[in-house]
Amino acid sequence: MFRNVAELVELAESKNIPISEVMILQEMEFRGKTREEVIKTMETNLDVMEKAVERGINEDVRSHSGLTGGDALLLQEYLKTGKALAGDILLDAVSKAMATNEVNAAMGTICATPTAGSAGVVPGTLFAIKEKVNPTREQMVRYLFASGAFGFVVANNASISGAAGGCQAEVGSATGMAAAAIVELMGGTPEQSADAMAIALKNMLGLVCDPVAGLVEVPCVKRNAMGASNAITAADMALAGIKSRIPCDEVIDAMYKIGQSMPNTLKETAQGGLAATPTGRALEAKIFGVSLDKK
Amino acid sequence: MKYRSVFDIIGPVMIGPSSSHTAGAARIGRVARQLFGREPKWVEISLYGSFAKTYKGHGTDVALVGGVLDFDTFDERIVNALTIAKEKGIRVKFTEEDAVMDHPNTAKVHLGDDEDDLELVGISIGGGKMEIVELNGFKLGLSGNSPALLVVHNDRFGAIAGVSNILAKHEINIGHMNVARKERGQQALMTIEVDQNVEEKIMKEVESLPNILQVAKIND
Repeated sequence: MFRNVAELVELAESKNIPISEVMILQEMEFRGKTREEVIKTMETNLDVMEKAVERGINEDVRSHSGLTGGDALLLQEYLKTGKALAGDILLDAVSKAMATNEVNAAMGTICATPTAGSAGVVPGTLFAIKEKVNPTREQMVRYLFASGAFGFVVANNASISGAAGGCQAEVGSATGMAAAAIVELMGGTPEQSADAMAIALKNMLGLVCDPVAGLVEVPCVKRNAMGASNAITAADMALAGIKSRIPCDEVIDAMYKIGQSMPNTLKETAQGGLAATPTGRALEAKIFGVSLDKK
Repeated sequence: MKYRSVFDIIGPVMIGPSSSHTAGAARIGRVARQLFGREPKWVEISLYGSFAKTYKGHGTDVALVGGVLDFDTFDERIVNALTIAKEKGIRVKFTEEDAVMDHPNTAKVHLGDDEDDLELVGISIGGGKMEIVELNGFKLGLSGNSPALLVVHNDRFGAIAGVSNILAKHEINIGHMNVARKERGQQALMTIEVDQNVEEKIMKEVESLPNILQVAKIND
Protein backbone atom coordinates (compact mmCIF):
# COMPACT_ATOMS: atom_id res chain seq x y z
CA MET A 1 0.00 0.00 0.00
CA PHE A 2 1.38 3.41 -0.97
CA ARG A 3 0.45 6.51 0.98
CA ASN A 4 2.11 9.19 -1.12
CA VAL A 5 3.71 9.78 -4.50
CA ALA A 6 7.23 9.10 -3.19
CA GLU A 7 6.17 5.63 -2.03
CA LEU A 8 4.30 5.01 -5.28
CA VAL A 9 7.37 5.87 -7.37
CA GLU A 10 9.62 3.86 -5.05
CA LEU A 11 7.35 0.79 -5.33
CA ALA A 12 7.30 1.00 -9.12
CA GLU A 13 11.04 1.53 -9.47
CA SER A 14 12.12 -1.09 -6.94
CA LYS A 15 9.96 -3.74 -8.57
CA ASN A 16 10.69 -2.42 -12.05
CA ILE A 17 7.00 -2.19 -12.93
CA PRO A 18 4.93 0.73 -14.24
CA ILE A 19 2.78 2.87 -11.91
CA SER A 20 -0.35 1.33 -13.45
CA GLU A 21 0.83 -2.13 -12.38
CA VAL A 22 1.31 -0.97 -8.77
CA MET A 23 -2.30 0.25 -8.81
CA ILE A 24 -3.63 -2.94 -10.40
CA LEU A 25 -1.84 -5.12 -7.82
CA GLN A 26 -3.10 -3.00 -4.94
CA GLU A 27 -6.67 -3.11 -6.22
CA MET A 28 -6.52 -6.91 -6.61
CA GLU A 29 -5.36 -7.22 -3.03
CA PHE A 30 -7.85 -4.73 -1.60
CA ARG A 31 -10.84 -6.23 -3.39
CA GLY A 32 -9.67 -9.82 -3.21
CA LYS A 33 -10.29 -10.07 -6.95
CA THR A 34 -8.40 -11.48 -9.92
CA ARG A 35 -6.50 -9.34 -12.41
CA GLU A 36 -9.14 -10.11 -15.04
CA GLU A 37 -11.96 -8.86 -12.81
CA VAL A 38 -10.18 -5.64 -11.94
CA ILE A 39 -9.22 -4.96 -15.57
CA LYS A 40 -12.75 -5.72 -16.71
CA THR A 41 -14.25 -3.09 -14.38
CA MET A 42 -11.83 -0.51 -15.72
CA GLU A 43 -12.67 -1.51 -19.31
CA THR A 44 -16.32 -0.82 -18.54
CA ASN A 45 -15.37 2.66 -17.31
CA LEU A 46 -13.24 3.20 -20.43
CA ASP A 47 -16.23 2.31 -22.61
CA VAL A 48 -18.40 4.86 -20.79
CA MET A 49 -15.73 7.54 -21.32
CA GLU A 50 -15.42 6.72 -25.00
CA LYS A 51 -19.18 6.93 -25.54
CA ALA A 52 -19.37 10.30 -23.77
CA VAL A 53 -16.50 11.71 -25.87
CA GLU A 54 -18.02 10.41 -29.11
CA ARG A 55 -21.40 11.86 -28.21
CA GLY A 56 -19.92 15.23 -27.30
CA ILE A 57 -17.85 15.67 -30.46
CA ASN A 58 -20.57 14.49 -32.83
CA GLU A 59 -23.81 15.75 -31.30
CA ASP A 60 -24.84 19.28 -30.51
CA VAL A 61 -25.37 18.40 -26.83
CA ARG A 62 -27.13 21.11 -24.82
CA SER A 63 -27.63 21.34 -21.07
CA HIS A 64 -31.08 21.96 -19.57
CA SER A 65 -30.06 25.46 -18.50
CA GLY A 66 -28.78 26.26 -21.98
CA LEU A 67 -25.50 27.57 -20.51
CA THR A 68 -23.25 25.00 -22.15
CA GLY A 69 -23.09 22.66 -25.11
CA GLY A 70 -21.86 22.53 -28.67
CA ASP A 71 -18.37 23.90 -28.04
CA ALA A 72 -16.58 20.56 -28.44
CA LEU A 73 -18.21 20.30 -31.85
CA LEU A 74 -17.21 23.88 -32.77
CA LEU A 75 -13.59 23.13 -32.01
CA GLN A 76 -13.68 19.92 -34.07
CA GLU A 77 -14.98 21.92 -37.04
CA TYR A 78 -12.24 24.53 -36.53
CA LEU A 79 -9.58 21.82 -36.38
CA LYS A 80 -10.69 20.62 -39.82
CA THR A 81 -9.92 24.05 -41.34
CA GLY A 82 -6.23 23.56 -40.65
CA LYS A 83 -5.92 27.11 -39.32
CA ALA A 84 -5.34 26.16 -35.67
CA LEU A 85 -2.23 27.62 -34.07
CA ALA A 86 -1.96 25.06 -31.28
CA GLY A 87 -1.10 21.50 -32.30
CA ASP A 88 -3.85 19.14 -33.40
CA ILE A 89 -3.36 16.75 -30.46
CA LEU A 90 -3.62 19.60 -27.97
CA LEU A 91 -6.82 21.02 -29.44
CA ASP A 92 -8.32 17.60 -29.98
CA ALA A 93 -7.73 16.92 -26.27
CA VAL A 94 -9.35 20.24 -25.39
CA SER A 95 -12.35 19.42 -27.57
CA LYS A 96 -12.72 15.91 -26.16
CA ALA A 97 -12.40 17.15 -22.59
CA MET A 98 -15.19 19.66 -23.23
CA ALA A 99 -17.21 16.94 -24.96
CA THR A 100 -17.29 14.88 -21.78
CA ASN A 101 -18.24 17.83 -19.59
CA GLU A 102 -20.94 18.96 -21.99
CA VAL A 103 -22.48 15.49 -21.83
CA ASN A 104 -22.15 15.63 -18.03
CA ALA A 105 -23.86 19.03 -17.85
CA ALA A 106 -26.71 17.62 -19.93
CA MET A 107 -27.21 14.90 -17.28
CA GLY A 108 -25.73 12.32 -19.61
CA THR A 109 -23.76 9.25 -18.51
CA ILE A 110 -20.09 9.80 -17.67
CA CYS A 111 -17.37 8.27 -15.52
CA ALA A 112 -16.09 10.51 -12.70
CA THR A 113 -12.29 11.05 -13.02
CA PRO A 114 -11.87 11.90 -10.16
CA THR A 115 -15.18 13.82 -10.04
CA ALA A 116 -17.95 14.55 -12.53
CA GLY A 117 -17.10 18.24 -12.76
CA SER A 118 -13.53 17.30 -13.70
CA ALA A 119 -14.45 14.24 -15.77
CA GLY A 120 -13.19 15.71 -19.03
CA VAL A 121 -9.43 15.97 -18.56
CA VAL A 122 -8.41 12.30 -18.20
CA PRO A 123 -10.48 10.87 -21.09
CA GLY A 124 -10.04 14.01 -23.22
CA THR A 125 -6.26 13.70 -23.21
CA LEU A 126 -6.39 9.92 -23.63
CA PHE A 127 -8.64 9.90 -26.68
CA ALA A 128 -6.65 12.70 -28.35
CA ILE A 129 -3.30 11.01 -27.81
CA LYS A 130 -4.87 7.78 -29.05
CA GLU A 131 -5.03 9.36 -32.53
CA LYS A 132 -1.26 9.83 -32.53
CA VAL A 133 0.15 6.76 -30.79
CA ASN A 134 -2.53 4.15 -31.47
CA PRO A 135 -2.38 2.48 -28.06
CA THR A 136 -3.80 -1.00 -27.46
CA ARG A 137 -6.94 -1.31 -25.35
CA GLU A 138 -4.71 -2.64 -22.57
CA GLN A 139 -2.49 0.45 -22.71
CA MET A 140 -5.58 2.64 -22.49
CA VAL A 141 -6.81 0.75 -19.44
CA ARG A 142 -3.34 1.13 -17.93
CA TYR A 143 -3.57 4.87 -18.54
CA LEU A 144 -6.64 4.93 -16.29
CA PHE A 145 -4.94 2.87 -13.56
CA ALA A 146 -1.89 5.16 -13.67
CA SER A 147 -4.02 8.30 -13.40
CA GLY A 148 -6.07 6.59 -10.70
CA ALA A 149 -2.92 5.89 -8.67
CA PHE A 150 -2.03 9.58 -8.56
CA GLY A 151 -5.62 10.58 -7.87
CA PHE A 152 -5.70 8.06 -5.03
CA VAL A 153 -2.80 9.88 -3.34
CA VAL A 154 -4.42 13.30 -3.78
CA ALA A 155 -7.80 12.06 -2.50
CA ASN A 156 -6.25 10.59 0.63
CA ASN A 157 -3.74 13.34 1.41
CA ALA A 158 -5.62 16.41 0.22
CA SER A 159 -9.06 16.47 -1.38
CA ILE A 160 -10.83 15.88 -4.67
CA SER A 161 -13.90 17.88 -3.71
CA GLY A 162 -14.58 21.41 -4.94
CA ALA A 163 -16.69 22.05 -1.86
CA ALA A 164 -13.74 21.14 0.36
CA GLY A 165 -10.76 22.36 -1.69
CA GLY A 166 -11.89 24.47 -4.63
CA CYS A 167 -11.43 23.71 -8.34
CA GLN A 168 -7.72 23.04 -7.81
CA ALA A 169 -8.86 19.88 -5.97
CA GLU A 170 -11.05 18.80 -8.89
CA VAL A 171 -9.73 19.97 -12.26
CA GLY A 172 -6.31 20.50 -10.66
CA SER A 173 -6.18 16.89 -9.49
CA ALA A 174 -7.51 15.60 -12.81
CA THR A 175 -4.87 17.59 -14.68
CA GLY A 176 -2.05 16.19 -12.55
CA MET A 177 -3.45 12.67 -12.89
CA ALA A 178 -3.65 12.97 -16.68
CA ALA A 179 -0.15 14.47 -16.98
CA ALA A 180 1.31 11.57 -14.99
CA ALA A 181 -0.59 8.97 -17.03
CA ILE A 182 0.47 10.52 -20.34
CA VAL A 183 4.11 10.17 -19.27
CA GLU A 184 3.66 6.46 -18.59
CA LEU A 185 1.81 5.89 -21.87
CA MET A 186 4.60 7.67 -23.75
CA GLY A 187 7.28 5.49 -22.16
CA GLY A 188 8.51 7.86 -19.43
CA THR A 189 9.70 6.75 -16.01
CA PRO A 190 7.62 6.71 -12.79
CA GLU A 191 9.71 9.64 -11.56
CA GLN A 192 8.90 11.59 -14.71
CA SER A 193 5.22 10.87 -14.08
CA ALA A 194 5.58 12.41 -10.61
CA ASP A 195 7.31 15.46 -12.13
CA ALA A 196 4.56 15.85 -14.71
CA MET A 197 1.90 15.68 -12.00
CA ALA A 198 3.79 18.24 -9.90
CA ILE A 199 4.28 20.65 -12.82
CA ALA A 200 0.63 20.36 -13.85
CA LEU A 201 -0.80 20.75 -10.34
CA LYS A 202 1.49 23.67 -9.51
CA ASN A 203 -0.19 25.58 -12.29
CA MET A 204 -3.64 24.83 -10.95
CA LEU A 205 -2.97 25.91 -7.35
CA GLY A 206 -5.39 28.44 -5.99
CA LEU A 207 -8.04 27.77 -8.60
CA VAL A 208 -11.41 28.44 -6.97
CA CYS A 209 -14.72 26.66 -7.43
CA ASP A 210 -17.18 29.38 -8.45
CA PRO A 211 -19.81 27.82 -10.71
CA VAL A 212 -22.42 30.21 -12.10
CA ALA A 213 -25.82 29.42 -10.59
CA GLY A 214 -24.16 26.48 -8.85
CA LEU A 215 -24.30 24.52 -12.08
CA VAL A 216 -21.41 22.29 -13.19
CA GLU A 217 -21.21 24.24 -16.43
CA VAL A 218 -19.66 27.73 -16.34
CA PRO A 219 -16.68 27.78 -15.98
CA CYS A 220 -16.29 24.00 -15.40
CA VAL A 221 -16.46 22.94 -19.05
CA LYS A 222 -13.74 25.37 -20.12
CA ARG A 223 -11.62 24.67 -17.04
CA ASN A 224 -11.52 21.05 -18.18
CA ALA A 225 -10.44 22.32 -21.58
CA MET A 226 -7.52 24.20 -20.04
CA GLY A 227 -6.77 21.28 -17.74
CA ALA A 228 -6.35 19.02 -20.77
CA SER A 229 -3.95 21.40 -22.49
CA ASN A 230 -2.04 21.96 -19.24
CA ALA A 231 -1.74 18.18 -18.75
CA ILE A 232 -0.27 17.56 -22.19
CA THR A 233 2.15 20.48 -21.84
CA ALA A 234 3.29 19.33 -18.39
CA ALA A 235 3.75 15.76 -19.65
CA ASP A 236 5.83 16.97 -22.60
CA MET A 237 7.95 19.07 -20.24
CA ALA A 238 8.59 16.11 -17.94
CA LEU A 239 9.35 13.83 -20.90
CA ALA A 240 11.85 16.43 -22.09
CA GLY A 241 13.66 15.95 -18.80
CA ILE A 242 12.38 19.00 -16.92
CA LYS A 243 12.00 18.36 -13.19
CA SER A 244 9.76 19.98 -10.61
CA ARG A 245 11.78 21.89 -8.01
CA ILE A 246 9.05 21.21 -5.46
CA PRO A 247 8.44 17.46 -4.98
CA CYS A 248 5.01 16.21 -6.03
CA ASP A 249 3.90 15.31 -2.47
CA GLU A 250 4.69 18.82 -1.28
CA VAL A 251 2.71 20.32 -4.14
CA ILE A 252 -0.26 18.13 -3.12
CA ASP A 253 0.15 19.25 0.48
CA ALA A 254 0.29 22.90 -0.62
CA MET A 255 -2.91 22.36 -2.59
CA TYR A 256 -4.59 20.96 0.52
CA LYS A 257 -3.53 23.89 2.67
CA ILE A 258 -4.56 26.44 0.06
CA GLY A 259 -7.95 24.72 -0.08
CA GLN A 260 -8.34 24.95 3.67
CA SER A 261 -7.60 28.67 3.73
CA MET A 262 -9.88 29.39 0.78
CA PRO A 263 -13.06 31.24 1.81
CA ASN A 264 -16.31 29.30 1.59
CA THR A 265 -17.68 31.74 -0.96
CA LEU A 266 -15.16 30.24 -3.40
CA LYS A 267 -15.81 26.59 -2.61
CA GLU A 268 -18.79 25.44 -4.65
CA THR A 269 -21.35 27.67 -2.97
CA ALA A 270 -22.05 29.90 -5.99
CA GLN A 271 -21.51 32.95 -3.79
CA GLY A 272 -18.22 34.35 -5.09
CA GLY A 273 -15.92 34.57 -8.09
CA LEU A 274 -17.53 34.19 -11.51
CA ALA A 275 -20.83 33.19 -9.90
CA ALA A 276 -21.02 36.63 -8.27
CA THR A 277 -20.25 38.66 -11.41
CA PRO A 278 -23.12 40.77 -12.81
CA THR A 279 -23.46 38.39 -15.75
CA GLY A 280 -23.17 35.36 -13.49
CA ARG A 281 -25.97 36.69 -11.29
CA ALA A 282 -28.09 37.64 -14.29
CA LEU A 283 -27.77 34.12 -15.75
CA GLU A 284 -28.66 32.66 -12.40
CA ALA A 285 -31.75 34.83 -12.07
CA LYS A 286 -32.79 33.88 -15.58
CA ILE A 287 -32.39 30.14 -14.91
CA PHE A 288 -34.04 29.97 -11.48
CA GLY A 289 -36.10 33.13 -11.55
CA VAL A 290 -34.25 34.25 -8.43
CA SER A 291 -30.67 34.85 -7.34
CA LEU A 292 -29.24 32.27 -4.92
CA ASP A 293 -27.77 34.78 -2.46
CA LYS A 294 -31.02 36.69 -2.14
CA LYS A 295 -33.06 33.77 -0.90
CA MET B 1 -7.39 6.37 4.33
CA LYS B 2 -10.79 7.45 3.14
CA TYR B 3 -10.33 6.30 -0.43
CA ARG B 4 -9.21 2.70 -0.71
CA SER B 5 -10.10 1.64 -4.23
CA VAL B 6 -8.92 2.95 -7.59
CA PHE B 7 -12.58 2.92 -8.61
CA ASP B 8 -13.28 5.61 -6.02
CA ILE B 9 -11.05 7.77 -8.22
CA ILE B 10 -11.78 6.46 -11.72
CA GLY B 11 -15.51 6.11 -11.15
CA PRO B 12 -18.32 5.91 -10.44
CA VAL B 13 -20.10 5.68 -13.76
CA MET B 14 -22.91 8.11 -13.18
CA ILE B 15 -25.54 10.45 -14.49
CA GLY B 16 -24.19 14.03 -14.41
CA PRO B 17 -23.61 16.69 -13.47
CA SER B 18 -21.81 16.38 -10.10
CA SER B 19 -20.14 13.43 -8.41
CA SER B 20 -20.54 14.93 -4.94
CA HIS B 21 -23.88 16.69 -5.46
CA THR B 22 -25.52 14.12 -7.75
CA ALA B 23 -23.88 10.67 -7.44
CA GLY B 24 -22.96 11.03 -3.74
CA ALA B 25 -26.44 12.37 -3.02
CA ALA B 26 -28.07 9.44 -4.83
CA ARG B 27 -26.00 7.05 -2.73
CA ILE B 28 -27.08 8.73 0.52
CA GLY B 29 -30.73 8.46 -0.52
CA ARG B 30 -30.25 4.83 -1.50
CA VAL B 31 -28.74 3.86 1.85
CA ALA B 32 -31.75 5.42 3.59
CA ARG B 33 -34.04 3.36 1.38
CA GLN B 34 -32.12 0.14 1.94
CA LEU B 35 -32.05 0.66 5.71
CA PHE B 36 -35.76 1.37 5.74
CA GLY B 37 -36.18 -1.80 3.73
CA ARG B 38 -39.17 -0.77 1.65
CA GLU B 39 -40.61 2.10 -0.34
CA PRO B 40 -41.53 4.95 2.02
CA LYS B 41 -44.73 6.97 1.78
CA TRP B 42 -43.05 10.25 2.61
CA VAL B 43 -39.57 11.75 2.54
CA GLU B 44 -38.36 14.91 4.23
CA ILE B 45 -34.87 16.04 3.24
CA SER B 46 -32.89 18.82 4.90
CA LEU B 47 -29.93 20.23 2.98
CA TYR B 48 -26.93 21.98 4.51
CA GLY B 49 -23.94 24.00 3.30
CA SER B 50 -23.06 23.69 -0.38
CA PHE B 51 -25.93 21.21 -0.80
CA ALA B 52 -28.41 23.87 0.39
CA LYS B 53 -26.92 26.58 -1.81
CA THR B 54 -26.59 24.70 -5.08
CA TYR B 55 -28.90 21.68 -5.00
CA LYS B 56 -31.16 22.85 -7.79
CA GLY B 57 -28.30 23.34 -10.22
CA HIS B 58 -26.68 20.02 -9.43
CA GLY B 59 -29.86 17.98 -9.35
CA THR B 60 -29.07 17.05 -5.74
CA ASP B 61 -32.79 16.94 -4.92
CA VAL B 62 -33.49 14.75 -7.94
CA ALA B 63 -30.59 12.44 -7.06
CA LEU B 64 -31.52 12.07 -3.37
CA VAL B 65 -35.07 11.11 -4.31
CA GLY B 66 -33.68 8.82 -7.04
CA GLY B 67 -31.67 7.08 -4.33
CA VAL B 68 -34.75 6.79 -2.13
CA LEU B 69 -36.42 5.09 -5.11
CA ASP B 70 -33.50 2.59 -5.06
CA PHE B 71 -31.86 3.89 -8.27
CA ASP B 72 -28.09 3.47 -8.64
CA THR B 73 -25.81 6.37 -9.69
CA PHE B 74 -25.89 5.35 -13.36
CA ASP B 75 -29.63 4.67 -13.53
CA GLU B 76 -31.06 7.02 -16.16
CA ARG B 77 -34.38 7.12 -14.29
CA ILE B 78 -32.65 9.45 -11.79
CA VAL B 79 -33.30 12.35 -14.16
CA ASN B 80 -37.07 11.86 -13.68
CA ALA B 81 -36.97 10.82 -10.02
CA LEU B 82 -39.20 13.64 -8.75
CA THR B 83 -41.89 12.81 -11.30
CA ILE B 84 -41.62 9.09 -10.60
CA ALA B 85 -41.94 9.70 -6.83
CA LYS B 86 -45.03 11.83 -7.44
CA GLU B 87 -46.58 9.11 -9.63
CA LYS B 88 -45.98 6.60 -6.84
CA GLY B 89 -47.70 8.91 -4.39
CA ILE B 90 -44.60 9.52 -2.28
CA ARG B 91 -44.76 12.91 -0.53
CA VAL B 92 -41.44 14.73 -0.91
CA LYS B 93 -40.37 17.82 1.02
CA PHE B 94 -37.07 19.74 0.89
CA THR B 95 -35.76 22.23 3.43
CA GLU B 96 -32.72 24.46 2.97
CA GLU B 97 -31.01 24.76 6.35
CA ASP B 98 -28.75 27.60 7.44
CA ALA B 99 -26.96 25.65 10.19
CA VAL B 100 -23.24 25.11 9.61
CA MET B 101 -22.33 21.40 9.66
CA ASP B 102 -18.88 19.78 9.93
CA HIS B 103 -18.98 18.90 6.24
CA PRO B 104 -20.21 21.29 3.51
CA ASN B 105 -22.14 18.60 1.66
CA THR B 106 -24.54 17.31 4.27
CA ALA B 107 -28.08 15.98 3.89
CA LYS B 108 -30.51 14.72 6.49
CA VAL B 109 -33.00 12.23 5.12
CA HIS B 110 -36.11 11.46 7.17
CA LEU B 111 -38.47 8.98 5.58
CA GLY B 112 -41.23 6.66 6.62
CA ASP B 113 -44.69 5.21 6.18
CA ASP B 114 -47.69 4.63 8.47
CA GLU B 115 -45.81 2.08 10.59
CA ASP B 116 -42.28 3.29 10.97
CA ASP B 117 -39.78 6.00 10.13
CA LEU B 118 -36.03 6.41 9.82
CA GLU B 119 -33.71 9.38 9.91
CA LEU B 120 -30.12 9.49 8.76
CA VAL B 121 -27.49 12.12 8.11
CA GLY B 122 -25.13 11.57 5.20
CA ILE B 123 -22.14 13.52 3.92
CA SER B 124 -20.84 13.47 0.37
CA ILE B 125 -17.06 13.64 0.63
CA GLY B 126 -16.14 14.00 -3.05
CA GLY B 127 -15.86 11.89 -6.18
CA GLY B 128 -19.18 10.18 -5.49
CA LYS B 129 -18.10 8.77 -2.15
CA MET B 130 -20.34 9.26 0.86
CA GLU B 131 -20.49 8.42 4.52
CA ILE B 132 -23.47 7.96 6.81
CA VAL B 133 -22.62 9.83 9.99
CA GLU B 134 -25.84 9.51 11.95
CA LEU B 135 -28.74 7.07 12.11
CA ASN B 136 -31.84 7.70 14.23
CA GLY B 137 -29.80 10.05 16.40
CA PHE B 138 -26.83 7.67 16.78
CA LYS B 139 -23.44 8.87 15.56
CA LEU B 140 -21.76 6.27 13.35
CA GLY B 141 -19.04 5.79 10.78
CA LEU B 142 -20.11 3.77 7.77
CA SER B 143 -18.12 3.92 4.55
CA GLY B 144 -20.79 2.40 2.31
CA ASN B 145 -18.00 0.38 0.69
CA SER B 146 -18.55 -2.93 2.44
CA PRO B 147 -21.74 -4.78 3.25
CA ALA B 148 -22.81 -3.59 6.67
CA LEU B 149 -25.19 -4.74 9.36
CA LEU B 150 -26.94 -2.24 11.61
CA VAL B 151 -28.38 -3.73 14.78
CA VAL B 152 -30.54 -1.72 17.15
CA HIS B 153 -30.47 -3.42 20.55
CA ASN B 154 -30.98 -3.00 24.27
CA ASP B 155 -27.79 -2.00 26.06
CA ARG B 156 -27.33 -5.31 27.95
CA PHE B 157 -24.41 -7.68 28.45
CA GLY B 158 -24.19 -10.47 25.89
CA ALA B 159 -26.03 -8.64 23.12
CA ILE B 160 -22.85 -8.01 21.14
CA ALA B 161 -21.47 -11.51 21.76
CA GLY B 162 -24.74 -13.03 20.55
CA VAL B 163 -24.56 -11.19 17.24
CA SER B 164 -20.88 -11.87 16.64
CA ASN B 165 -21.38 -15.57 17.46
CA ILE B 166 -24.00 -15.89 14.75
CA LEU B 167 -21.73 -14.13 12.24
CA ALA B 168 -18.85 -16.42 13.20
CA LYS B 169 -21.02 -19.50 12.78
CA HIS B 170 -21.80 -18.44 9.20
CA GLU B 171 -18.13 -17.64 8.52
CA ILE B 172 -18.73 -13.93 8.11
CA ASN B 173 -15.70 -11.81 8.92
CA ILE B 174 -16.08 -8.45 10.65
CA GLY B 175 -13.92 -5.71 9.13
CA HIS B 176 -15.03 -2.83 11.31
CA MET B 177 -17.39 -2.60 14.25
CA ASN B 178 -18.75 0.24 16.29
CA VAL B 179 -21.17 0.32 19.23
CA ALA B 180 -23.00 3.46 20.31
CA ARG B 181 -25.62 4.18 22.93
CA LYS B 182 -27.43 7.27 24.01
CA GLU B 183 -27.64 6.35 27.69
CA ARG B 184 -26.46 3.42 29.78
CA GLY B 185 -28.97 0.59 29.78
CA GLN B 186 -31.12 2.17 27.07
CA GLN B 187 -31.26 1.66 23.30
CA ALA B 188 -27.95 1.10 21.52
CA LEU B 189 -26.73 0.57 17.97
CA MET B 190 -24.15 -1.83 16.58
CA THR B 191 -22.59 -0.92 13.24
CA ILE B 192 -20.84 -3.91 11.73
CA GLU B 193 -19.00 -3.75 8.42
CA VAL B 194 -18.40 -7.25 7.07
CA ASP B 195 -16.45 -8.85 4.23
CA GLN B 196 -19.26 -11.10 3.04
CA ASN B 197 -22.87 -10.50 2.17
CA VAL B 198 -25.30 -11.28 5.00
CA GLU B 199 -28.21 -13.39 3.83
CA GLU B 200 -31.81 -12.88 4.90
CA LYS B 201 -31.91 -16.01 7.07
CA ILE B 202 -28.87 -14.83 9.04
CA MET B 203 -30.61 -11.51 9.60
CA LYS B 204 -33.65 -13.37 10.96
CA GLU B 205 -31.39 -15.37 13.23
CA VAL B 206 -29.84 -12.20 14.61
CA GLU B 207 -33.24 -10.62 15.03
CA SER B 208 -34.48 -13.58 17.09
CA LEU B 209 -31.76 -13.05 19.71
CA PRO B 210 -32.76 -11.61 23.09
CA ASN B 211 -32.38 -7.82 23.39
CA ILE B 212 -32.18 -7.31 19.63
CA LEU B 213 -34.78 -4.81 18.44
CA GLN B 214 -34.14 -4.20 14.75
CA VAL B 215 -31.70 -5.42 12.13
CA ALA B 216 -30.96 -3.80 8.80
CA LYS B 217 -28.28 -4.39 6.22
CA ILE B 218 -26.58 -2.54 3.43
CA ASN B 219 -25.26 -4.67 0.60
CA ASP B 220 -22.11 -3.98 -1.33
